[in-house]
Amino acid sequence: MSENQIPMERHNYDVVVIGAGGAGLRAAVEAREAGLRVAIICKSLFGKAHTVMAEGGIAASMGNVNSSDNWMVHFRDTMRGGKFLNNYRMAELHAKESPERVWELEVWGALFDRTGEGKISQRNFGGHEYPRLAHVGDRTGLELIRTMQQRIVALQQKDKRETGSFESHLKVFAECTITEILKDGDQVTGAYGYWRETGNEILFEAPAVILATGGIGKSFKVTSNSWEGTGDGHALALKAGGKLVDMEFVQFHPTGMVWPPSVRGLLVTESVRGDGGVLTNSEGKRFMFNYIPEVFKDKYADNEAEADRWYKDQANNRRPPELLPRDEVARAINSEVKAGRGSPHGGVYLDVSKRLPADEIKRRLPSMWHQFKELADVDITEQPMEVGPTCHYVMGGIEVEPDTAAAVGVTGLFAAGEVAGGMHGSNRLGGNSLSDLLVFGRRAGLGAVEYLKKNPNRKTVSTESIKRAQERIEKPFTRSGGENPYLIHQELQDLTQSLVGIIRTKNELTEAIEKISQFRSRIEKVSVTGGRQFNPGFHLSLDLENMLLVSECIAKAALTREESRGGHTRDDFPKMDPNWRQYNLICDWNGKSISTTKQKLPMMPNELLSLFDPHELEKYFTKDEMTQVMASAGSR
Amino acid sequence: MARKIKLRIWRGSAKEGSLHDVEVDANEGEVVLDVIHRVQATKINDLAVRWNCKAGKCGSCSMEINGKPRLACMTQMANFEEGETITITPLRAFPVIKDLVTDVSFNYQKAMEVPAFEPPADLKPGQARMAQVDVDRSQEFRKCIECFLCQDTCHVIRDHEENKKKFAGPRFFIRLAELDMHPLDILRNRKKTAQEEHGLGMCNITKCCTEVCPEHIRITDNAIIPMKERVVDVKYDPVRWLGSKIRRREEIS
Repeated sequence: MSENQIPMERHNYDVVVIGAGGAGLRAAVEAREAGLRVAIICKSLFGKAHTVMAEGGIAASMGNVNSSDNWMVHFRDTMRGGKFLNNYRMAELHAKESPERVWELEVWGALFDRTGEGKISQRNFGGHEYPRLAHVGDRTGLELIRTMQQRIVALQQKDKRETGSFESHLKVFAECTITEILKDGDQVTGAYGYWRETGNEILFEAPAVILATGGIGKSFKVTSNSWEGTGDGHALALKAGGKLVDMEFVQFHPTGMVWPPSVRGLLVTESVRGDGGVLTNSEGKRFMFNYIPEVFKDKYADNEAEADRWYKDQANNRRPPELLPRDEVARAINSEVKAGRGSPHGGVYLDVSKRLPADEIKRRLPSMWHQFKELADVDITEQPMEVGPTCHYVMGGIEVEPDTAAAVGVTGLFAAGEVAGGMHGSNRLGGNSLSDLLVFGRRAGLGAVEYLKKNPNRKTVSTESIKRAQERIEKPFTRSGGENPYLIHQELQDLTQSLVGIIRTKNELTEAIEKISQFRSRIEKVSVTGGRQFNPGFHLSLDLENMLLVSECIAKAALTREESRGGHTRDDFPKMDPNWRQYNLICDWNGKSISTTKQKLPMMPNELLSLFDPHELEKYFTKDEMTQVMASAGSR
Repeated sequence: MARKIKLRIWRGSAKEGSLHDVEVDANEGEVVLDVIHRVQATKINDLAVRWNCKAGKCGSCSMEINGKPRLACMTQMANFEEGETITITPLRAFPVIKDLVTDVSFNYQKAMEVPAFEPPADLKPGQARMAQVDVDRSQEFRKCIECFLCQDTCHVIRDHEENKKKFAGPRFFIRLAELDMHPLDILRNRKKTAQEEHGLGMCNITKCCTEVCPEHIRITDNAIIPMKERVVDVKYDPVRWLGSKIRRREEIS
């Protein structure tokens, strides 16, 4: 057998962390500090994870800028943002613990921007009632990843002093891909994968595995995600018997770049519109006036003159419709393009050049100006930008126990960060991602520590499970004359983009599910040219299967949920339905296809319910639920 | 709108390799990384290249384009003349793994050798107070995306493998400077060790590192030169140095 000729390394650890972004590194720190031996695995070089792309900041109610802020306000904002579909316990832990996680970064060497008093500065952001985002200019993610990376090194230096080796208890396996979680019964025994550099294989024997692999953006054609966002952790968990929750909820940011191709999908901050940028179609028309929903008519201007006056006099004029909520704007752009009034590359125009003097644009939007100038050769002080919705974040992910981050259904498996689901409900607020990474990264590390204390006996990795994993990696090399993985990937991206994208309908979703099953048989025939050593075609051929699984989950959950909420918009069910708020959709994999089931969402306990005005809850809850809420409010 | 362009891409392994001529389409507004991806998808499926964010933020796609250390995602095709052949080679200062991918583990080794940030033992979370003006200097160095282009271009190691053992390189001189200028760091002797253990003295200030930095960090002027000057300070005036550290501790407590 050819796989016998491929060298295989064997390692033994207490905890294996898959993913080296903010969540993975925070989990590794926690587990190492508790005395465990930890392996960190990353697909890229150490320090390149997608966390690096985060700009705005970390949401934490430290109250440095407005002292009225506290965890309860943050909790309320998060639940509203997620349209009350969030796992309330996760949202509660997140709001309570994020300040400590930010301060801890400072003790590890992070340098945030400061307030006049010398405290950590906090900025305003969409959906957050008070200035709440700790930040470093517009490179907060870089600061987070570098601080965590340097914390890992600090722990390695400590080990060196004690054991003589940097890597005796904590080692980073960079450019290494995991293809399989190994199990005995329902219990994790390790993980299997390959070194990208050599193609040689690698076995980790470990009783606890933490998934922190990030998102799924590369399933879509236009995305703000880096190449690593191929849904690896989502797929690994599914195949190991775990469940995914809320997969129909995908955040599309309305303004990503669509042209030039070098920056397709790259985010254009909402501040461009906040500072006067207008959206126009190919006829030069400011189309957003045609897309003001009935419920917002009293808050948004229906003519250009009033909209323009708002920038100077907000008290006596209604807001410009460019500042409608993200889903409304994204839907409008989509409709214009479908009606044939899009820009040449399938977007619309966003123009700030006619609204503000060049100097003012550079002062207010320095990074945007710089980004367009350097990456796209577009001077936004003179030219319009071409923009369209871009896949930004997946709210859905692995179903976990909130307190321990333990994956439901698989003993010894944990998940944190974007790969975990529940925390953000149907829509995530900006800034809540970096704090999510730290709060639940730490909890996953702790979860693994506690699990190992209670279950000291390890099961061994079986030879059969190793053999299965080896065969799967070898497969693309054993076939010849099959399809090119790059072209299949492009086709899959076109499919998800057009049929499972921002606006969904029954017919298109049904068509997508049909086509996805055809992709499965095509992917099984993909063949690879060249050898095992650093071969991106080979790497992609294996990643494709993960992207396909994720796409199937999204399409099937989206077809099942017959309402529109947050990051899920059904053209045929355009309204939010309180009955649907009572359910999460759970995705399972039976080895052949994905099935979805409805699962009842637990009711918030009284102490959390009481943080809201009942009149607000009425917008989201059913009449029966409200009777229950009012009864318990009365008994307080 | 697409135009045919001529690339000369280095392909090979640690042992051997050569330049290969490839013709490929380039569309308006594309960068070198787009064109390399087109070669990969349509002509050389197993062409090895590193990249991640494609937005100049992660520092993965470092390579040499017409002999200059560059990020491929930040180098626009429009910069090249019509009909010009663009030569793309791996970073020269590091050993080749395959094609455009090099072994940059040197940098991760050096990172482990820089003593970590050390705050006062009694610093409690949320307690620190620092003025913006006092964090500005270190923040400039923390903009570093670790693309290692400065390391690649530095002539101390570019063609002198033998110097690597003693020389940390510009990336780590700014790390040392960042820690030295960090208002909360209390570890002593950072300037001295920069000189004696990390090879700061071997730098003769040709500013090549500053020129290639995609983040426009003023490596030479703001990190290397002040660190060299401070080494002199420390050597001649230890009392003043100690005083500055004690004062910093008082400010934060």
